[in-house]
Amino acid sequence: MPAQFRSGRASGPFRTDFWRSPLRGPWLTSFLGTLLVPSITVIAITGFISHWAYHPELPGNATINPAFDIPVFFQLPQSWPSWDYAVTQGMHVTVGLMTLPLVLAKLWSVIPKLFKLPTVRDLAGVVERISLLLLVGSVLVEFVTGILWMEDYYRLRVDFFAIHYYGAWVFGTTFVLHTCMKLPTVRRSYRERGALRPLCESLHETKPEPLGSSELVPVAPATATLSRRGLLAMVGGASLTIFAVQAGESIGGPFRKFALLAPRGRVFGTGPNDFQVTHTAESAQVTEAMTGADWRLTVVGARTMSFSRDQLLAMAQATETLTISCTEGWSTTQHWTGVRLIDLARSVDAAPGSILSAVSVESNWVTNLADAQYRDKRALLALRVNGADLSLDHGYPARVIIPGGIGNHNAKWVRELRFEQA
Amino acid sequence: MLRHFGRRYGASPLHLVAHLIVFAIALFAIDRMASGGGLAEVIALYVGFVIAHDLVFLPAYSGMDRLVRAALAKLPARPPGSVPAINHVRAPALISGLLLMVYLPFISGKADASYFALSGHHIQGYLRNWLLISAGLFLGSGLIYAVRVRRAATTR
Repeated sequence: MPAQFRSGRASGPFRTDFWRSPLRGPWLTSFLGTLLVPSITVIAITGFISHWAYHPELPGNATINPAFDIPVFFQLPQSWPSWDYAVTQGMHVTVGLMTLPLVLAKLWSVIPKLFKLPTVRDLAGVVERISLLLLVGSVLVEFVTGILWMEDYYRLRVDFFAIHYYGAWVFGTTFVLHTCMKLPTVRRSYRERGALRPLCESLHETKPEPLGSSELVPVAPATATLSRRGLLAMVGGASLTIFAVQAGESIGGPFRKFALLAPRGRVFGTGPNDFQVTHTAESAQVTEAMTGADWRLTVVGARTMSFSRDQLLAMAQATETLTISCTEGWSTTQHWTGVRLIDLARSVDAAPGSILSAVSVESNWVTNLADAQYRDKRALLALRVNGADLSLDHGYPARVIIPGGIGNHNAKWVRELRFEQA
Repeated sequence: MLRHFGRRYGASPLHLVAHLIVFAIALFAIDRMASGGGLAEVIALYVGFVIAHDLVFLPAYSGMDRLVRAALAKLPARPPGSVPAINHVRAPALISGLLLMVYLPFISGKADASYFALSGHHIQGYLRNWLLISAGLFLGSGLIYAVRVRRAATTR
């Protein structure tokens, strides 16, 4: 063995006496890992719900090429309340952010393993190191890409959906493997130390775990300056603070203004159109000329009809209270008034089972809606909101509002509705 | 034969099979991530974030913790058994630092151009909010410390 790898001669963090925190040990890492399991499960389930909420089975909607994707397993039922996706995606983002302190604490608890010598003993050691690189790399990439996306500040060249979705595959599989591999260690440390007993120890009772029970236990421990329950309280306090400054943008209503650091935690006024905008008309290059007096809505089914805004306003109007929820995690609930989409479908004798393509004046952007989505009697082509005409930023002259599911389906500045057989 | 494999490999065949399955899925996933071109960026992100966390971020906050402990140790010695101050600095500093890290594009105002394009409003008040929250955390932690010191003094 080369001299520099002999532990007696190792230097810096490679010295076995370099890592001195008396808190590190198999119990602490097991406990942090145990807390991660339910958090990661919630993030994963809500993440897949969001992935499938795009209705990737409809042409043009998929964010990931369906040829290289697993089939749709679950979609939020159309009969659920219109805030279903607000809850699932709000949880994805908020629980995700709240899990960050836990992940960082978990990584802190195992850092001595990175520097243990010899780095690898055998082929199994090499294999484990590669899987840990994938595990830690993917969890960090998931957090960074998710946070940047939530903040409208995603700057990487790799497509967000590709890196975040497939990154979840890498993280999910390595996380399950890692959990299974560490299960014996977790059970042993809970059996020997008690699953919760170390939480009863005050600061002076805080002693290192028995030396030799794991490489994590320091050979030259310092005196504890923090109890294990103190460390967990800090992690929990950090999670709760993040909840306090973030969740209001998903819950909405009077809670929005308490989301002091959330990107969409602002209240801009009390007017009918003063709620959060996904993207402005200016950013979509939609001008007043494109949406002015010349604007007409074309509806295509078994026959084609064309409507001016006044003609749409003369049709039977319905008012529904519906929630728009963005993939970024924020939501807003408003009172929308307009023509029911099912009435427009009937007016052109749309064939049963048709899908609805909503075409926007915004660079002819198209979103496709499933039969069940536009047949929901709450689904509207909204012309007004909270008793006033839609503002240009909110989609004037007309926008689609579908109850439930992803906000992305609520096309703004609609110029054409095509009911077509798939 | 199995024992021979175990000696050569260092773990059970199941260990190898399970890892190979996971590596196959990961390779496929990384290939799909980079399907639009950008394999170098994906690999750089995966390796770069691990290096940034393990060799920069973790040593940086550990080092700051050591500095604070050294500074507190220089204060006049207090009787043994008295309430330690360190965690009343650590807790608010940790939470404040974490908020800064998560919301940096907003607190620094760097995300202003993209945020304005989408929301129609400029970033306003995030730095102030973060400073107020941080001040509140340090103040609250200081108050709890003061109460604990007083209680320790009266029970002694």
